[in-house]
Amino acid sequence: MFPTTFETWWDYALWLALTVGASLLLLVSLLVIIAFLLLMDRKVWAAVQMRRGPNVVGPFGLLQSFADLLKFVLKEPVIPAGADKGVFLLAPLVTSVLALAAWAVIPVGSGIVISDLNVGILYLFAISSLGVYGIIMGGWASNSKYPFLGSLRSAAQMVSYEVSIGFVIITVLLLVGSLNMSAIVMSQKTGIGTAIGLPNSFLDWNWLVLFPMFVVFFISALAETNRPPFDLPEAESELVAGFMVEYSSTPYLLFMLGEYVAIVTMCALTTIMFLGGWLPPVDIWLLNWIPGPIWFLLKVTFVFFMFAMVKAMVPRYRYDQLMRLGWKVFLPLSLAMVVAVAAILHFGGLAP
Amino acid sequence: MPELLMTYLPIAIFIGVALVIGLALMIAPFLVAVRNPDPEKVSAYECGFNAFDDARMKFDVRFYLVAILFIIFDLEVAFLFPWAVAFKEVGAFGFWSMMIFLGVLTIGFIYEWRKGALEWD
Repeated sequence: MFPTTFETWWDYALWLALTVGASLLLLVSLLVIIAFLLLMDRKVWAAVQMRRGPNVVGPFGLLQSFADLLKFVLKEPVIPAGADKGVFLLAPLVTSVLALAAWAVIPVGSGIVISDLNVGILYLFAISSLGVYGIIMGGWASNSKYPFLGSLRSAAQMVSYEVSIGFVIITVLLLVGSLNMSAIVMSQKTGIGTAIGLPNSFLDWNWLVLFPMFVVFFISALAETNRPPFDLPEAESELVAGFMVEYSSTPYLLFMLGEYVAIVTMCALTTIMFLGGWLPPVDIWLLNWIPGPIWFLLKVTFVFFMFAMVKAMVPRYRYDQLMRLGWKVFLPLSLAMVVAVAAILHFGGLAP
Repeated sequence: MPELLMTYLPIAIFIGVALVIGLALMIAPFLVAVRNPDPEKVSAYECGFNAFDDARMKFDVRFYLVAILFIIFDLEVAFLFPWAVAFKEVGAFGFWSMMIFLGVLTIGFIYEWRKGALEWD
């Protein structure tokens, strides 16, 4: 589709237009999907608590998120008098743009990606580390006690779990031998299932061979994105709303958007690293006929559903317990797993 | 166009498009919403009290300690990335050197644990 040889200015212009178009298409579809995932989050939460959830705007409340968007845009943006105005407004922008930037390297189907970067997962790791800046900036610029304390907590929490996420990524890389996201998905075509003679199926994906790491990654992803049960930065009962206290209108919306985009990015990363990306669960013609992006979306929705169920069922952690879990349980566990996986690959001669 | 530009320029364009969407959302309420600030509305939120003093106060040194520990371990992860990708090529020499490196790091980790740097109570 994209021109690869450039002779005249026309080729450059076409390439630029196609890239901008593809970026816009991915971003708009991502935002629309997130709008519905947000509704699903609220519906699942309501169903667990035997409520109905949003059901007024549109059929079954399907248009609720769009009504919320409209409401946010029409609300008065309040900027506190003591705030550092430039940084105060920059913070939500940084959060949401950095969260969206991660999607430039995520392959939603075979070859369907903005840039098939050869260091894709390193880029993703770097971008998700940068996410903490938006929160620190928001908490600092607000010049108010609750946001300040909330942003400190949030920063400490995010960096703590970043470390175990890094080690989990290393174990996956040891099995794959490439930093390219598409290569990570394609390497899951064969695995345990094919080794014992079964056809290509969901048993080949990394979740089975790296099951402890899959669990560690899932829980770390919850903590990394400030989801319940690790939503301490915005613990309503103690910090009101954490770093978002002073925000209103669309600056607040951008923080929420950044948070949900980060959650969906983590779901997508789980899908790519452990659940076989766009590969169908069983290699038969009927399932192969369904296009890859649909499988990808279904898997992301499934992981998101697990996020929503955890939110509905698990009570919130205390801060010292959270830090204990991150540093004293997950860090030694994931470090030991890196050594174990490397040793098995080395002595078993299984390195890719 | 060179290969490097072909892979990294789309990312820059993508971030640019994301920035435009973010900016559009950011600016929209300043254009369409009613703005009517008064001194009470724009004061810092502190559960009905006036703010006692500057909000940028002293904070627990343990947050700082966590940040330092994070740098150590994140750097270690950064070292592990190229090693994991070239795991087969580096062979036994690479495997054992990394095991020694991780061993040294584990000693440091045990030290900080025993020193109580990971306690939050």
